Amino acid sequence: MSVDLEHYLIVSGLLFSIGLYVTLAKQSFIGVLIGIEMMFNAVNLSFISFARFVESGDPISGHVFVVFTITVSAAEAATALALAVLLYRVKGTVEVERMDLLKW
Amino acid sequence: MDETGVVIAFWVLAIMTIGSALGVVGARNIIHAVVFLVASFLGLAGLYVTLSADFIAVAQMLIYVGAISILLLFAIVLTPQENRNNSEGFLRLPALALALLVGAVMIFAAVDTEWAIADRDGFEETASAIGDALLDKYALPFEIASVLLLVAVIGSIVLVRPEPMEEDE
Amino acid sequence: MGLLAMLLEGEWYDFGDLAEQIEDWGAPDEAAYVLATLVATVVILLWAVLSVLAFIWIERRVVALMQNRKGPNRVGPAGLLQPVADALKLLMKEAITTAGADRILFWAAPIIIFVPTLAIFAIFPWGENMVLADLNVGVLFLLAIAGINTPAVFLAGWSSNNKYALLGSMRTIAMLISYEIIQVLALLAPVLFVSSMRMADIVSWQEDYVWIVLIQPLGLLAYIIAGAVEMNRSPADNAEAESEIVAGYHTEYGGIKFGFFYQGEYLAGFAIAAAVVTLYFGGWTLFGLEEWIPGWSIFLGKLYTIFFIYIWSRGTLPRLRIDQLMGFAWKFLLPLTIANVLIVGAEVLIWRENELSSWEALPAIAVVNLALGVVLFAGWARFLGHGKGTQAASGAILTQEIGTVHFKPAVGTEAGS
Repeated sequence: MSVDLEHYLIVSGLLFSIGLYVTLAKQSFIGVLIGIEMMFNAVNLSFISFARFVESGDPISGHVFVVFTITVSAAEAATALALAVLLYRVKGTVEVERMDLLKW
Repeated sequence: MDETGVVIAFWVLAIMTIGSALGVVGARNIIHAVVFLVASFLGLAGLYVTLSADFIAVAQMLIYVGAISILLLFAIVLTPQENRNNSEGFLRLPALALALLVGAVMIFAAVDTEWAIADRDGFEETASAIGDALLDKYALPFEIASVLLLVAVIGSIVLVRPEPMEEDE
Repeated sequence: MGLLAMLLEGEWYDFGDLAEQIEDWGAPDEAAYVLATLVATVVILLWAVLSVLAFIWIERRVVALMQNRKGPNRVGPAGLLQPVADALKLLMKEAITTAGADRILFWAAPIIIFVPTLAIFAIFPWGENMVLADLNVGVLFLLAIAGINTPAVFLAGWSSNNKYALLGSMRTIAMLISYEIIQVLALLAPVLFVSSMRMADIVSWQEDYVWIVLIQPLGLLAYIIAGAVEMNRSPADNAEAESEIVAGYHTEYGGIKFGFFYQGEYLAGFAIAAAVVTLYFGGWTLFGLEEWIPGWSIFLGKLYTIFFIYIWSRGTLPRLRIDQLMGFAWKFLLPLTIANVLIVGAEVLIWRENELSSWEALPAIAVVNLALGVVLFAGWARFLGHGKGTQAASGAILTQEIGTVHFKPAVGTEAGS
């Protein structure tokens, strides 16, 4: 009984698909952001597991990439949540279906 | 990796992570969804430890659990609505189909590919190696990331600044 | 008994050695390691909980001494059974869950605050080989556990279904995240000197060279202050002072749930004191005295001394307002700690580039850091307007003398008109 790269990649794939479902299907803007954070995390897990298992000349690059991904995700979460608060001020709600100014 | 401890830890943590992710989908209340998300972050930090990525595990706890979850919770509190139920919109069936499709493709790709597995043990210590790489080979992305963070922070503050009041006297 | 004699005498067991001992008594390999870890964990947790019990009494008596009154002296001889009485009272109280509160989160929030604080004690080196979890990123783990408190505090406040609890938790979280940044920056300086984040490495560097407190006074000051705020201790216990916001995020908690918060605060205090001792004061070393006395007793002695400084500041300093606290963090401590990191980085660079010996480099670093620390601290405070001569006592508006005491009106104010 051992744990290989495939196990981690399956966990990462499941997490990514659950995150995708949460992003596409939730009714609240913050629900969408929760899904996006979950997808970021799934991608991070796959990078780290590749860095651990796969033949490479520079295995630490996986970790460095994850450092940058975490940084960018934090910046994006801050900006997106500021947008959520601003949207609430303008529209009175954060439901995704009400953001319909571009509809014909 | 086939030590008993690592195998047990992996299964426990993987079930905790995926279970919490399913809890995000099925929670009744968006604050419960964020709590389940935090639990999945913690499970992921544990999985990073089993992959001997100690710096990233602790950075995940510090940044995701310590900061981004607070951002999400504050945003929920600052956007009050009558119902905070974690319901799905009208796109739930197409989204479910797409998510299942993407998941199936990923799992098939993961299981079916012949990965070039290296013959090494886990890393001894990642923090100094990451530090070397960040200042040596990846110095430019490092600087750009710091500028990005600065811009994001300033942008967030400017976006939610209250409108300046009229001066009374 | 042989184990006990060895522990007290001079040969300190690694927890791996404990595993080998158990294996000699006939247990399989991995089970021995698990058993050794369990034994070590139980010992550390017992120590932590018993210390909390003891310090409930010690703190109240010491603060009472400082405030010129007697502390608890009713329950048992000289009040020694007061912690037991407190614990029994908390256990027997009805643990009410408020109506409309989120039951699971309400029940879980004290646990989420309490349990990670217990986990910090695993990374400290209690003796020469006595580290339960010898993490390569020990310092960062300490900071991450301090960061886990923030969503838990929010959940405690939000699940109480009480506006004042929510407001109190928001204020606490604002305080916690501000001082978390200062903690990170203040703890960067010892890591820069040692160029390793492992606690055992930091202690052995201090054993070889010098205690880091002597070359880093500013960092120590910043970390002690940030630690006091992270623990929600006076003078920064704005979130839970009765006159401020009832009791902040634990307003609605009664009985043993409040006991969890109460104990968690003391445990956090011990954790931060242990961190200060390990990172700044040399851990279990005491200039070679650790040959004769067990290293862990030196560690515990230093820990209790540092915790006494916290008790002392509680008894002496008045409580700060929340805006004073936040202003202090962002306007005063943050530039100081950033400047500290820059100065330490420059010093370490000069030391390594020129390959100076430690005998010439370290005293120079100590003197420079001390001088710069005093200058920066006083100068920045003066720059922000908190100096000595800038706050004249303003005269009483109604009366200008009381008895024979004359108040000088402040320069520029119109007295009495």
